[in-house]
Amino acid sequence: MGVLMVSNLAKAFGGVQAVAGVSFCVAAGEMLAMIGPNGAGKTTCFNMLNGQLAPDAGAIEMQGQSLLGKTPREICRAGVGRTFQITATFASMSVRENVQIALLSHARRLGSLLAAMENKFLKEANELLDQVGLRAQAGRPCAELAYADLKRVELAVALASRPRLLLMDEPSAGMAAAERHAMIQLAAQLARASKIAVLFTEHDMEVVFQYADRVIVLCEGALIAQGTPDEVRADARVRRVYLGELSEPTGDA
Amino acid sequence: MEYTSVLIQFLNGLASASSLFLVAAGLSLIFGVTRVVNFAHGSLYMLGMYMAVWLSERIGFWLAVPMAAAIVGLLGAVVEMVLLRKIYQAPELLQLLATFALLLVIKDAALWVWGAEDLLGPRAPGFAGTVQIADGALPQYDLLLIALGPLVLVVLHFMLAKTRWGILIRAATQDREMAGALGVNQRWLFTGVFALGALLAGLGGALQIPREPANLSIDLSVISDAFVVVVVGGLGSIPGAFLAALLIAQAKTFCIALGYSKATLVVEFMVMAAVLVIRPWGLLGRVPANLRGPAAVPLPFHPPSPRMLRIFAVLSGALVLLPLASDAYALVLLTDILIFALFATSLHFILGPAGLYSFGHAAYFGLGAYAAGIFSLQGKFPMELALALAPLAAGLAALVFGWFCVRLSGVYSAMLTLAFAQIAWSAAFQWDALTGGSNGIVGVWPAPWLASKTAYYYLTLLLCAGAIIFLWRAIFSPFGYALRAARDAPLRAEASGIAVRSMQWAAFTIAGLTAGIAGALYAFSKGSISPEAMGVQRSVDGLVMVMLGGLQTLSGPLWGAALFTWLQDAAARNIDYWRAATGAVILALVLLWPNGLGSFLQSKK
Repeated sequence: MGVLMVSNLAKAFGGVQAVAGVSFCVAAGEMLAMIGPNGAGKTTCFNMLNGQLAPDAGAIEMQGQSLLGKTPREICRAGVGRTFQITATFASMSVRENVQIALLSHARRLGSLLAAMENKFLKEANELLDQVGLRAQAGRPCAELAYADLKRVELAVALASRPRLLLMDEPSAGMAAAERHAMIQLAAQLARASKIAVLFTEHDMEVVFQYADRVIVLCEGALIAQGTPDEVRADARVRRVYLGELSEPTGDA
Repeated sequence: MEYTSVLIQFLNGLASASSLFLVAAGLSLIFGVTRVVNFAHGSLYMLGMYMAVWLSERIGFWLAVPMAAAIVGLLGAVVEMVLLRKIYQAPELLQLLATFALLLVIKDAALWVWGAEDLLGPRAPGFAGTVQIADGALPQYDLLLIALGPLVLVVLHFMLAKTRWGILIRAATQDREMAGALGVNQRWLFTGVFALGALLAGLGGALQIPREPANLSIDLSVISDAFVVVVVGGLGSIPGAFLAALLIAQAKTFCIALGYSKATLVVEFMVMAAVLVIRPWGLLGRVPANLRGPAAVPLPFHPPSPRMLRIFAVLSGALVLLPLASDAYALVLLTDILIFALFATSLHFILGPAGLYSFGHAAYFGLGAYAAGIFSLQGKFPMELALALAPLAAGLAALVFGWFCVRLSGVYSAMLTLAFAQIAWSAAFQWDALTGGSNGIVGVWPAPWLASKTAYYYLTLLLCAGAIIFLWRAIFSPFGYALRAARDAPLRAEASGIAVRSMQWAAFTIAGLTAGIAGALYAFSKGSISPEAMGVQRSVDGLVMVMLGGLQTLSGPLWGAALFTWLQDAAARNIDYWRAATGAVILALVLLWPNGLGSFLQSKK
């Protein structure tokens, strides 16, 4: 069944109901896209899932275990990996060290003060870097990398925690079209290969309809539609919501 | 205690709160607009005191007070234009260091002008008597002060809420970039705010002279009190500062009234601890909207290269052989250098990889030294045992203080470290029975087999080299990388399962413990300990050593410590105003290379 089950999630800021009773689930190996116009409540939803915001009501269950009230660290331990909308990597380290430290954290081996980190989890780190296509840049300092490559480092760091669920808030923000496709394609590939459930938000509808297995649509805090890309595209309410938003209808799939 | 004396003590506390509030309000205002924590704010208070005493002999008390405040305000404007304007864009640590240097310069300037003796101020004419309250007496002047605090609060509130200038200040406090974009002339706004803050501090000091003599140590005690007040009240909140000043002044006054004058520091600490546990950003403070991260991308550390390792091997060989060729004087200097190399390396450990600012690292050095002395003289422990246990005492203090420091970040944490160090220093200064007060502890000598300078040098070499190697290894261990991860991107680190605060807490404790080793070695090498061992000057020395060597280099602290200790040894005896000289050197370095001395040194390599 679903890896992540979200039911009746709600959050209000002052008088504004940012998220109003949203329910959905993500299955293992599934790419679930969350879309909606600006202010629909996507980021609020994400921040409740990753522990940065406490929901007013509702339940979040990860493989039967409730994530409510857990800190970002505990949520990581529960098997949730994430990437950030504004890319966050460890700038003073090399690409490989970024992945190594995440692997060591996952193995709970950070307490060691005397052993050098240099050779720890080298094989695993190299494998992850192979998967995201950064093996050739493993030794470079993160601070030198191009933006699209930093996004890949972050993906490798997130995968190092061996997540069952991956949360990606706008993984392709700020990228050119070709890079955007490559990034989401990579995430989709890795998710399917390791049976990881992926929940992502994305503005580029072309990317969403090409790579998502399922799509959920938020509008003014409520879930107004869900289904396969084709079903969502055909949904009358979605079309109404998006007609003002998108300059061109999303015709090609 | 009777009802009347409770009332009188309460009123007394209110009077003390007023001065404290004036200083803290100025500090808060300046921080709100310029985002610079002014470590020299207590010095402005001190200047206000001296100026008022000096002026009141010439023009009378009532003219002297506003005049002194105005002069200090003017001086504040000059300081802002000459110094602060140059460093608003510099990394936070350098800004703190620059205002810290200012503190040193002002202290020595006051020493030069007014001498080392305390200056007694006059009574306030017209308020020299007392008021009878039931069967107790309260100085009339206290009543005046009690009224003044709320009055200034109301005036400030009105000014911020109603005047155009006040609205600009609030706009700049909330969103500096936006206020700038709207065409606010930031230069004059910043200068004005700094002058106003300085004026408030000067006024606070000037008003204090009928109650307390002007003296040279007031700057640090006031700034650490003010730090506690703004941390408790919430940095940037004027009403918060008022509330916190009341709370702390009352707590202290009642402590003294109950006959526990030694406990005032402990009480101050407890009040702060309680508030920070419940409200980490202070009573009326809000979570800072955009606390700045490191201004520049931190440079990666590199493990020593083979060439570097060869240099170290040669150096170690030289250090082992040196006693054969050097006289006792050189040996003592070398022992000092080794001790301070360890001290600087332990400070670098939290400053660099962990990214925690500590302006009070000498507390752990001093606690190690005092513990060594107390264990061996009062505990009658063998010297070896005292030397082994003393660092644990320092580590324990770091464990307790560190818990608070890692809960806050950046400048907040820096203020706390200084406040804690000042508390530790005052404890050593006041607790005569245990620490010998201002005289310190004498007769702390090593065991007979270590009595010769040569033997003690080898012991120091062994322990310091061992501890430094341990700290260096730790930087390249998984623990050290986790610290850097937590510094580089705290949220990313948490989301990868790294316990950011626990890691930083552990690092703080380790740094305290290793500084304690240096302190204990220092105690036995000198044979005596005085409160200066943990004074602020020593914390500054540590910072200068680290900055001299370069924050982002591994071996920097060693070269920095060697150079600084040697310079101090060679020059301190010949330069009367060593403190001011250190301050001037820091200021020059900060102004010339506002983006970090480390970067300058690295580019020169």
